[in-house]
Amino acid sequence: MSGLKINDISMRFDLPNGGSVQALKNVTLDIKKGELLSILGPSGCGKTTLLNIVAGFLAPTEGQTILNDKKVEGPSLERGMVFQQGALFEWMSVRKNVSFGPDMKGMPKAESKIIVDRLLDIVGLQEFKEKAVYELSGGMQQRVALARCLANDPDVILMDEPLGALDALTREKMQGLVLKLWKETGKTIILITHSVEEALLLGERLIVMAPRPGRIHKEYRLPFAELGVGKDLREVKKHKDFGKTREEILTMIWDMEEEIMGRTESAA
Amino acid sequence: MSILLIYIMIFLGCMIGYKLVSGFLTKEHDYTSLKTVTFGDESSVESNRPASIMSIIAIFFIWGSFTGSTIVPSFLHVPGAFTGEVSLPYEAKNDAGSTANGQINILVFPNGENPSVEPIDAGTGFAKSEAVKVQAYRSALISQSDLLPDGGAQITSIAGKPIAPGDEFSIDQGLVRMTDKGSIAFEPYKGWQMEPIWLPAPESVVTRFFDLAQNGYQNVTLWENLYWSLYRVLVGFFLGSIVGIPLGYAMGLNSWFRGWFDPIVEFMRPVPPLALIPLIIIWFGIWETGKISLLFLAALWIMVIAARAGVSGVRISKIHAAYSLGASKWQILKNVIVPNSLPDIFTGARVAMGVCWGTVVAAELVAAEKGAGKMIIAASKFQNTDIVLTGIILIGIIGYGIDIMMRVAEKYLIPWKGKG
Repeated sequence: MSGLKINDISMRFDLPNGGSVQALKNVTLDIKKGELLSILGPSGCGKTTLLNIVAGFLAPTEGQTILNDKKVEGPSLERGMVFQQGALFEWMSVRKNVSFGPDMKGMPKAESKIIVDRLLDIVGLQEFKEKAVYELSGGMQQRVALARCLANDPDVILMDEPLGALDALTREKMQGLVLKLWKETGKTIILITHSVEEALLLGERLIVMAPRPGRIHKEYRLPFAELGVGKDLREVKKHKDFGKTREEILTMIWDMEEEIMGRTESAA
Repeated sequence: MSILLIYIMIFLGCMIGYKLVSGFLTKEHDYTSLKTVTFGDESSVESNRPASIMSIIAIFFIWGSFTGSTIVPSFLHVPGAFTGEVSLPYEAKNDAGSTANGQINILVFPNGENPSVEPIDAGTGFAKSEAVKVQAYRSALISQSDLLPDGGAQITSIAGKPIAPGDEFSIDQGLVRMTDKGSIAFEPYKGWQMEPIWLPAPESVVTRFFDLAQNGYQNVTLWENLYWSLYRVLVGFFLGSIVGIPLGYAMGLNSWFRGWFDPIVEFMRPVPPLALIPLIIIWFGIWETGKISLLFLAALWIMVIAARAGVSGVRISKIHAAYSLGASKWQILKNVIVPNSLPDIFTGARVAMGVCWGTVVAAELVAAEKGAGKMIIAASKFQNTDIVLTGIILIGIIGYGIDIMMRVAEKYLIPWKGKG
């Protein structure tokens, strides 16, 4: 069966001052193909570390990631990445950025042009394709980043706070776009965010992580992503369970934060 | 000191004058003009173009005024050195107590002229009359034995003023002094203007420039001199870059390379290239090999550091993105690391070109057959100050020109600079 398995991953590394950090402990996740998973947690809970391990940028000290029955050994084009911002190549035009993956594979120009044009249509940037990326607004740049990732047709898309640097309005529009892309392409998406609302909206399945050591704290199955496809996301937020779940998760994260604060205070 | 005071006065005068005049001009009405807080707001401080123009005019004005130049109307010249004729009647007294009158005629002639002196009748008394000539800025000495050949007499007064050995007094045309031995020294009034040997007038620098352009200096044309300096800079910079940039990349990409070369680079970086000249001369001699090696070393460390900074400055998310888009190491180097480092490399290249240009001139001052630095050091040995000035101005213009060309190239070649 094709899917992404995160098998009992632990991550522990030494610090220069002699101590060590347990960034992740026994994290296990089984992600089905086409699943939209959002990961939420207070800072320092290891969510970015987990994503970097899945992407293949970091090697876990224990456990393994398996995608399509193959062990993840390093970065590869089956696992596309969308970063917060500043990961576009500003020396290339929008079109060149999007066709980067196909170009690296040595795909013929005619073939890659079709892919690029289709993706630019989807993200609505067809008329900007010859522009330099630094001429675009932040939201447009993230649409280029999404298109660039999709151009490689990855099995899994990993998003590391892709909308974190956008203003609230643009962010809401982009959330709609992510949902649309998820539904249209049927890709597996893992999204890291520190916004509870975003995690609720963009998570068929939502994982709340806890810090020290980083571990899975609670898991939800949510209807909002499915409801939100092609809809006004503000309507989804009015759903009776939305506010309730949001409060529940917020309290959970607040408690974690307070526990950390208490721990550091008593340590000091 | 007085020049500094005059300069400050011109500065303040222009500033206040411009303020007054600009009040009547049509006001700009852009966004900056509406800012009320300008003190401390760097973005609202733009270079005032009229001030720059006035600044350049002021420099030429002072230069012209203090050299008696034709580019400044003569009533604006500071007082020049006295030229012309001075008559100093004198009275002498001999041991017998009788007095006699004589006269000293002094012709003060400007530089570059050599007039003949009108002879003067020596007179009949024991005090003889003398006519002498002296160049402006020099002093004339009229010995006692010429004036009082019979001996046993003393000059008692000059131009109606009593004088004794060791005394001196001023007249309008200069300073009259009697030496301890009774001779008369006359120092013509020097004025405020510079002697051409210290500072030639602007027009004589221009004339000299055309002369140099046509006839050259010491059998080397001006263009040859400049060509050789530029050639050395370009070759030295090129060699420094083709070694320095790959080395900088290696240091930015590999920890062994960085560890190995860091001590060398960090040690060599603060050593001024000029300090290497003696060693370079011992090793490579004074010919081209020596100079190009020196410029190679001057450019090398700057380019190494620039390339290393360019590689280290790449955002890790760009590299990660490229890897997860399926790029190989080589593709990442070519498509991500190199373009990302170009802005830093260009900045380094600008600095390196400036340093190389300064170093080549200094190296030529020490030893060279041809070159801009050689031309000015040779001219200074013969006190051809106008050639020295022409050379300095050309060196400045070329250095500035190189920098402007690099900036223009940067704008066209790497438009994404600072936009990442």
